[in-house]
Amino acid sequence: MDNIAGTKSSLTWAVHLSVVALVALWLFPTVGLLVSSFRTADQIATSGWWKSMFPSEQNLTLRTDAPETQAQIDGLYVIEGKLFEEGKDATISVWGISSRAIADFNAGDTAELRKGGTVTVQADGSYRMENAEPFEGSRGSRIFVTAETPPEFTWANYKNVLITGDATDNMTKAFFNTLTVTIPATIIPILIAAFAAYALAWMDFPGRALLIAFIVALLVVPLQLALIPLLRLHLGIGIGKGYLGVWLAHTGFGLPLAIYLLRNYMVGLPRDIIENARVDGATEFQIFTKIILPLSFPALASFAIFQFLWTWNDLLVSLVFLIDATGETTVMTKQIVELLGTRGGNWEILATSAFVSISVPLLVFFAMQKYLVRGLLAGSVK
Amino acid sequence: MHPALLGLVTIIMGVGGCVGYFWLSNIALDNFIYPPRGPNAGRNINRANIVRPWLFLFPALFALSVYLAYPVVETIRLSLTERVTQSDGSTTYDFVGFANYAQMMAEDKFWEALGNNMMWLIVVPALSTAFGLLAAQLTDRIGWGSIAKSLIFMPMAISFVGAAVIWKLVYDARPPGTEQIGILNAIYVWFSGNEPQQWLTVPFWNSFMLMIVLVWIQTGFAMVILSAALRGIPEETVEAAIVDGANPFQIFFKIKIPQIMGTIVVVWTTITIVVLKVFDIVFAMTNGQWETQVLANYMYDKLFRANDWGVGSAAAMVIMLLVTPILVWNVYNARKEMK
Repeated sequence: MDNIAGTKSSLTWAVHLSVVALVALWLFPTVGLLVSSFRTADQIATSGWWKSMFPSEQNLTLRTDAPETQAQIDGLYVIEGKLFEEGKDATISVWGISSRAIADFNAGDTAELRKGGTVTVQADGSYRMENAEPFEGSRGSRIFVTAETPPEFTWANYKNVLITGDATDNMTKAFFNTLTVTIPATIIPILIAAFAAYALAWMDFPGRALLIAFIVALLVVPLQLALIPLLRLHLGIGIGKGYLGVWLAHTGFGLPLAIYLLRNYMVGLPRDIIENARVDGATEFQIFTKIILPLSFPALASFAIFQFLWTWNDLLVSLVFLIDATGETTVMTKQIVELLGTRGGNWEILATSAFVSISVPLLVFFAMQKYLVRGLLAGSVK
Repeated sequence: MHPALLGLVTIIMGVGGCVGYFWLSNIALDNFIYPPRGPNAGRNINRANIVRPWLFLFPALFALSVYLAYPVVETIRLSLTERVTQSDGSTTYDFVGFANYAQMMAEDKFWEALGNNMMWLIVVPALSTAFGLLAAQLTDRIGWGSIAKSLIFMPMAISFVGAAVIWKLVYDARPPGTEQIGILNAIYVWFSGNEPQQWLTVPFWNSFMLMIVLVWIQTGFAMVILSAALRGIPEETVEAAIVDGANPFQIFFKIKIPQIMGTIVVVWTTITIVVLKVFDIVFAMTNGQWETQVLANYMYDKLFRANDWGVGSAAAMVIMLLVTPILVWNVYNARKEMK
């Protein structure tokens, strides 16, 4: 359309820029959390994440080596070393030896120490202390520097959240609990729905239209209605709160969409194939397993993604049907909500936990986006 | 038993059970109940074919009835009863008519939740659809459109709870004078010079802060669907408009929009349903404090904090009532389509 004479768009640039702005706006919040999860608590609390990409000027209080490391060179007592840890690539602009005058000297200058002797600090953080008398005391002198530090990121938060953290921070258990909820809750409804969808699509029986209407109606029934009656039912028949209950609940809640999607897809399969198979004497069961199921793979994949995302991201169903007072079966969403309450200010833990939980759906999303889009189109547009 | 092992066993039993049920019941039907041989062969084949659909449907219908249809009926009943603990420790459910509804309507929190929900119902579908339409129209015209689309679509995969954390960081406020780490306050302080705001505690506006989260998630959905609809518009109509000298804005609003109106309605109603059920975002970000309550969270409060099943069920019925017009509309359309 853009190539039609006279419409060669003068708007092209505006369009590109608008899309860039839109994408940036949509991406910005997530990127903020991702970047924050790689920063230390101090960094997060003292500067916005958007500044972490660039070198930043920081005021640091550092300490020289203790007097016991001094050496005697040419009659002088000397302590030499680096103020920064190994591998840190910072540049000192100004420095001082008192907290009241932290910018008295430029890099390369020499300062008189109060207790005697001099100290010289270079831009790269190396220093040299000299004194005619031996240095005394158990600790080194404090040096106040203003340094330009390059962006710095760390894996420590992930290590804390996944491996070393204590019970409230560690997500490993919740991660596996979530996985335990998700996989059966994704597979079982597919199977049940596939058979039902086939019957609704290709078998003739009285009441079929009514049943389809029934399923379309159930598609929008709010989950909230089901909470108390089902919890009562589960408690009544002895399932109680636990994995079995949450699997059953997710299966029930996922079925209407599953049947609807699969039926819409199966109806579109070519009639000839099915009738030929019938003429050739295949039973309905054979037609279903040997022809319909393989052909319906795209629709099955679509629904599997929906159900996976929905069960992985779910909070309400797990709260009601799974998590009991012991908290042994907590899922990631629930743990994050708890962290929001107890550690609302600890962004390094929150951001990292949230990203651990988000990462799996994002992987699935980017790997199988094609099927997700197809499913959405089949599910809502007719 | 370890839960992971239990999960594996469940998968095997669930899948095995389903396949076994379908397989065995078909064999039983074909070979034993109505075998296609003997004097009644023809009649038996017919009968088997009458029964078979129900074999295929049974597990699904059973699960749907127990997990969705029965709760609707049961919730109606519970909303009309009160749970009373008798002196001997047993619980009974006494019929109280509309007392639960009356009690609920006397509460300010309920009206606050209903009012907020109405605001959500207007703002979220409208903004999501508008942004989705804009994104769809713009990305369809450029080379890297599909990348842009998948980035705008991405929040769909993020849980409401994850989104709540993401946006809490955006809204974060530090004491005045210190450096702001929430982008919104950083921009706000930079431009206005005022003190940073605790955005989530400012009544009225904080509801919009929560709505933005849902708009952010749902825009991708609207974009994907509307983009497909835009591509389905016949080229000729657009070309005819160009020949007649229409400018791009006229083409968009007068030619394209009217043709995809049906799809816009579908997107709008789908997002409306999501909005009515919105729970996690409010639960995780404010838990209904500072006048941000919504119906779903109000109901959860009643059920599991106040332990008042009667009023909780009544609140659930209000949500159901709000969904009903869409339900009827969907069923009506589905039936029309099948004819």
